[in-house]
Amino acid sequence: MTNQVVNVVLAGLGGQGVVKASDIVAEVAFRSGLDVKKAEIHGMSQRGGSVSTDVRFGPHVLSPMVPTGQADFLVVVEPTQIDNNRGQLKPGGMLIDPSMIDTKKLRNTKTLNVALLGVLSAHLDFPPESWKSALSALLPEHLRDINEEAFDLGRNIGINKEPCP
Amino acid sequence: MTVSSVMDTSRRMLVSGNEAVTLGARDAGVTRGTGYPGTPSTEILENFAAMGGQAAWSPNEKVALEVATGVAMAGGRALCTMKHVGVNVAADILFTLTYAGIKGKGGGALVLVSADDPGMHSSQNEQDNRRYAVAAVVPMLEPADSQEAYDMTRQAFMISERWHLPVMLRMTTRVCHSKTILQPGVHALACHGTNQIGFERNIPQKVMIPAHARPAHRRLRQKMAEMQQWLESTPELHPIIEGNGDGEGASELGIITSGISYVHVREAAPDAKILKLGMTYPLPMQAIRAFAESVKRCVVIEEGDPYLKDAIRAAGIAVESKSEMYRFGELNVGRVRRILARDESPEAAPPRGKPPQLCPQCPYHPVFAALKKLECIVSGDIGCYTLGALQPWEAMDIQLCMGAGIGVGVGLRHTLPEDQAKCVVSVIGDSTFMHSGLTGLAEMIYNPPPTGHVLIILDNGTTAMTGQQEHPGTGRTLNHEPTGRVVMEDVARAMGANVDVLDAYKEPEKFEELLRRRLEQREISVIISRRPCILAAGKIREYERRATGTA
Repeated sequence: MTNQVVNVVLAGLGGQGVVKASDIVAEVAFRSGLDVKKAEIHGMSQRGGSVSTDVRFGPHVLSPMVPTGQADFLVVVEPTQIDNNRGQLKPGGMLIDPSMIDTKKLRNTKTLNVALLGVLSAHLDFPPESWKSALSALLPEHLRDINEEAFDLGRNIGINKEPCP
Repeated sequence: MTVSSVMDTSRRMLVSGNEAVTLGARDAGVTRGTGYPGTPSTEILENFAAMGGQAAWSPNEKVALEVATGVAMAGGRALCTMKHVGVNVAADILFTLTYAGIKGKGGGALVLVSADDPGMHSSQNEQDNRRYAVAAVVPMLEPADSQEAYDMTRQAFMISERWHLPVMLRMTTRVCHSKTILQPGVHALACHGTNQIGFERNIPQKVMIPAHARPAHRRLRQKMAEMQQWLESTPELHPIIEGNGDGEGASELGIITSGISYVHVREAAPDAKILKLGMTYPLPMQAIRAFAESVKRCVVIEEGDPYLKDAIRAAGIAVESKSEMYRFGELNVGRVRRILARDESPEAAPPRGKPPQLCPQCPYHPVFAALKKLECIVSGDIGCYTLGALQPWEAMDIQLCMGAGIGVGVGLRHTLPEDQAKCVVSVIGDSTFMHSGLTGLAEMIYNPPPTGHVLIILDNGTTAMTGQQEHPGTGRTLNHEPTGRVVMEDVARAMGANVDVLDAYKEPEKFEELLRRRLEQREISVIISRRPCILAAGKIREYERRATGTA
């Protein structure tokens, strides 16, 4: 049963919206009726240090932490944080990183986290409306439009890429 | 104060363990929450207040547990939250409270949440507070996820009220801060008993002079013996979970575990039969013995100290355990697999990320610049400012626990040769000063070193590290509403120190000059550098505006 669990690791630096992005992924899976677990570390990471969060969903999830080297997807918001997190990916897993996004096309670069979720969304089985409603639920209203734009930008990029094996 | 009125069986929610404790406390009819902020426990009390519960930060964990004791002795249900090291501060009352027990007129209950931090994500040690349960004779429950955090919070209040004892709910970072699915009320045990407020005079039971405490200790041990018998016949607190394997395979490997380790174990060993201990003090030793005898290989898998292993082996039950290398840090699925495979080969070091650092606009930078420039020996304390020990300043030389910086600084001054002694400075934050700096300052006044001493209080107007909580020096309650304020410069002056107040960020040269001058004098000096935390400044202005607007 556990092999049906999807493992997503999101990483970056404090203040880049890594935890928020992981909340959105967890919310989408939760709303689809799946079992979901999400692990994160607070505290010192708030002071600009490395942050990483694990989201796992499927019919039945046990540990909240993605076992090392078993991530299906690794979403990294900060290029300098790719190397120290790469080991989380399973062989054939997909790295989603800022090089996929032309940040000049983002109205606000702070929406990079959501743009990367757009890329991720193209490789998961949830309908785009679920993502939009999770964005609405978890982001302040005045930031909704720019985040939806960022999400769409990422999703289009994701759709045009080869799907994850 | 019945519980059933707030039960909702249809709601399915994705919540952190901390949120689940809050919901459990609400549904257990908690009268008042107390605590001191500390990662990973902080959100419990904040959430409880946000849901309309009565809650307040105390100056430190000892006071928080004292207030909670008063609430319970008045017949209320008290929730008291802290991080694992906070229990060290609160331990004095805890060890005797169990002798006295808790009994108001018509009830009274107290649940102490100890949020342990295996792996030290944001703590100075990874002490295992299951040891406190044994040492202070406090019943202990250990949830594995948010559902259990909710259920066990309610169970803890039920146990506390039934046995008139404080109960510890031991959380760990991964339970506190992981979000898992919770259905409130579905699996919960009912919380019995009407909760009548009122004081019941019983001097022999509540005044712990030796003549009263001697029989109280015997009563406590008798109570625990009775509780252990109750526990043996309460299998929902130590369920056996069969594995996926067929009947034959299932009896091969048995694993005894508790808390977060359970979910790692279940994932790592899907075929194993598991005895999951929900209550880890007292221990259901008859159930453990029967389980161990029912399997060919019985392994204890626990995070941190070998607490279960030692207790089970001391009872004469043969069990296998992890090797010493797995005592350090958190467990996870991979490490549990290694333990089961008896793999003692070195583990790959986790890749190093970027360490945290002081915010670029942190008001403390000029203070550490001056301390570095003047080549001070800095006896530091716990808070954001501990990051002054790292690059670029490396201007903190000792840091151990809350409030220790002052006393340690005094000891250094008394002992070092004069040319070094006069360079010693103690540095403490505002919230930490309120927590446990006042007695250190009394020591400075009472036993002044020959060279005097200099204490710098970094006052950024908030408990910054844990997420900007209020404290007695801010003059605002947990809910950021105006209340009495302890003015630290007035306190320090009244205690007999020379006190200067300035903003080192605004006037770095003046600060450096003042520090240089104070270091040369053989006096007891306190320098308060005051400027709001850059992350909190906007909110603090808003709270102040709100306060004056309504005044």
